[in-house]
Amino acid sequence: MRELPIIINNEENFSLVEITHLKKWFPVQQNFLDQILAGHIDHVRAVDDVSFTIKRGEAFGLAGESGSGKTTIGRLAIGLEKPTAGKVSFDGIDLSSLCDEDLRKLRRRMQVIFQDPMASLNPRMCLGDSISHGLKIHYPESAAEHRDITLSIMEKVGLTPPHFFFTKFPHQISGGQRQRVVIARALITNPDLILADEPIAMADVSVRALLLDLMVQLKNELNLTYLFITHDLATAKYICDRIGILYLGRMAEMGDLREVYGYPLHPYTQALMAAVPVPDPHKRRTQIMPAGEIPNPINPPPGCRFHPRCPIAKGVCSKDEPELRELRSGHLVACHFAEQFL
Amino acid sequence: MNSDEKTLVQVRNLSVTYHTRLGPVSAVNDISFDINRSEILGLVGESGCGKSTLGKALMRMIMPPGEISGGSILFNGKDVMQFDQKRLRDFRGRQISMIFQDPMTSLNPVQRVDEHVIEAIQVHEEKPDKEDVISRVKALIERLGIQERRLRDYPHQLSGGMRQRVMIGLGLVLNADLIIADEATTSLDVIVEAMLVDQLREIREEFGVALLMITHNIALVAEIADRIAVMYAGKIVELGDIKEIFDNPLHPYTRGLLRSVPSIRLDDREELFKMSGEPPNLTHPPSGCRFHPRCPEAMPICSRIGPGMDEVSPGRWVHCWLYQDHPQKDRSTIKVNA
Repeated sequence: MRELPIIINNEENFSLVEITHLKKWFPVQQNFLDQILAGHIDHVRAVDDVSFTIKRGEAFGLAGESGSGKTTIGRLAIGLEKPTAGKVSFDGIDLSSLCDEDLRKLRRRMQVIFQDPMASLNPRMCLGDSISHGLKIHYPESAAEHRDITLSIMEKVGLTPPHFFFTKFPHQISGGQRQRVVIARALITNPDLILADEPIAMADVSVRALLLDLMVQLKNELNLTYLFITHDLATAKYICDRIGILYLGRMAEMGDLREVYGYPLHPYTQALMAAVPVPDPHKRRTQIMPAGEIPNPINPPPGCRFHPRCPIAKGVCSKDEPELRELRSGHLVACHFAEQFL
Repeated sequence: MNSDEKTLVQVRNLSVTYHTRLGPVSAVNDISFDINRSEILGLVGESGCGKSTLGKALMRMIMPPGEISGGSILFNGKDVMQFDQKRLRDFRGRQISMIFQDPMTSLNPVQRVDEHVIEAIQVHEEKPDKEDVISRVKALIERLGIQERRLRDYPHQLSGGMRQRVMIGLGLVLNADLIIADEATTSLDVIVEAMLVDQLREIREEFGVALLMITHNIALVAEIADRIAVMYAGKIVELGDIKEIFDNPLHPYTRGLLRSVPSIRLDDREELFKMSGEPPNLTHPPSGCRFHPRCPEAMPICSRIGPGMDEVSPGRWVHCWLYQDHPQKDRSTIKVNA
């Protein structure tokens, strides 16, 4: 067996995930006959030139509306999809350079939590087996210890008493407990990176706070790095250190969460922030929302993709695509006219 | 009949039971409340608390194995429970209309937008004038911000927000008095949701229609509603003016719920309140008050006897022993100032 090139680098500020000029275009005419009949191939530009880095121990949020490409970026980041162009590197290893077997081994260090725990758990496997499955795959040699490791991780995520839950099946427990099982399963291989794709969107309000708290606590305790994908900016505030706002496959704005929320510089971010309802009937929104809806990603608007809906768009916006520029410390924005909001 | 001019719907002691394999489930348990004319009432609760069942019960749309097992619904002073099938059909659509979470499943995929609206008119009105119908449809659709050329589109050609507006149009075209919106904005993106909220507010002003907003999103209710009803495990636990309840929640569940809502504002508190436990399974609801196993204020009486719904100050109703007297209570009753 070939050994993986593992570069351990625990330096502060070392980036665990580096994404550079990442593109993912999906062909619309999937099969050959359709391609011939159409005479050309259209592409859905789900991700179109996105770059960012996630530091070790950081929680990076990706937020955007449906169709902004946030889930696709997540899948690319852990090698579930192959990029059309650009590079994903994890702990210094370029994912595209790995063969399937090496990628599978590397996956031990990156785990996923999806939105719907019922869909992520095998209904015929008891919880203990579901959680310990990753150990069986990645550490078959230490089978004798699997049960103890599983029980301790179950205790850690709040499935107590763990012996009681070990033999239960997914349908016998509540929704909040199911999401805890999924979190336990993700943690069992002792990963560095957790991709959390809308992990608490389905949980009820009273359960959501507990799950968020658990995720923050686990991150600090186990020195985890999160890529947190969400459509809910309010939830992101409680877990993310930095955030990127996506619009139609492009990064519109990126920076420390408190920076971006406190001083949103992109007109799209500003609209998004204003649209989120605030739980206070004394402070109702008075701003008018930008007209229209997110355009078709097959033929995105030329220039800045937000210009057809943008309240401050000028002629140049429909011609030149704005680059991400650092307008405040650690705060990047892709807008030609963002200076006026400084 | 004592329905005054202001009240549109009077619900009294309404119960809905589902007869399941595991035994009867009381999804709506002895609920009483009113909906006023042209008000926006927000009905909030977590999944499984019975809020959608309550919405459907108002239209008498509970299907077996469920049934309305007790209580009365007065709509415009008429007893809905006494309606025969023909009357019900007229009632649904003409007086009350419902919008669901997924408009794609409510619209007919092989019918164009205008055909939906025209059909709604033809079914409910006798001998409608065709010219008149078409002009009404056009005016309404334009009012809802859908371009006229979109009238000939099929539902799949519209965006999610537009589909939902078509559904609203179907309710408005017959001048319904009440529109029930069951998680109507939940599948929409925030900006589209915000636009729909603006539109619902305008529609209320313009058409004087009452709205029952059923949702799990408490922040959304804060944004739009005049009054709020909080539901927990088949019961309304608190009901009253939106500002009063947000400023001073009385029921321990409402208190916990409001403190666990995430807010986007940076100056709001950093920590979310973490309520213990999860909502109960309604096949075996807790005895007494259904919230007592999770309640930080629970008293001995709470697990034995369920409290009633009491008006603690004008227009403010709470379902909790903290605010009601009982000989078996060992704590003094909290008085609420009006």
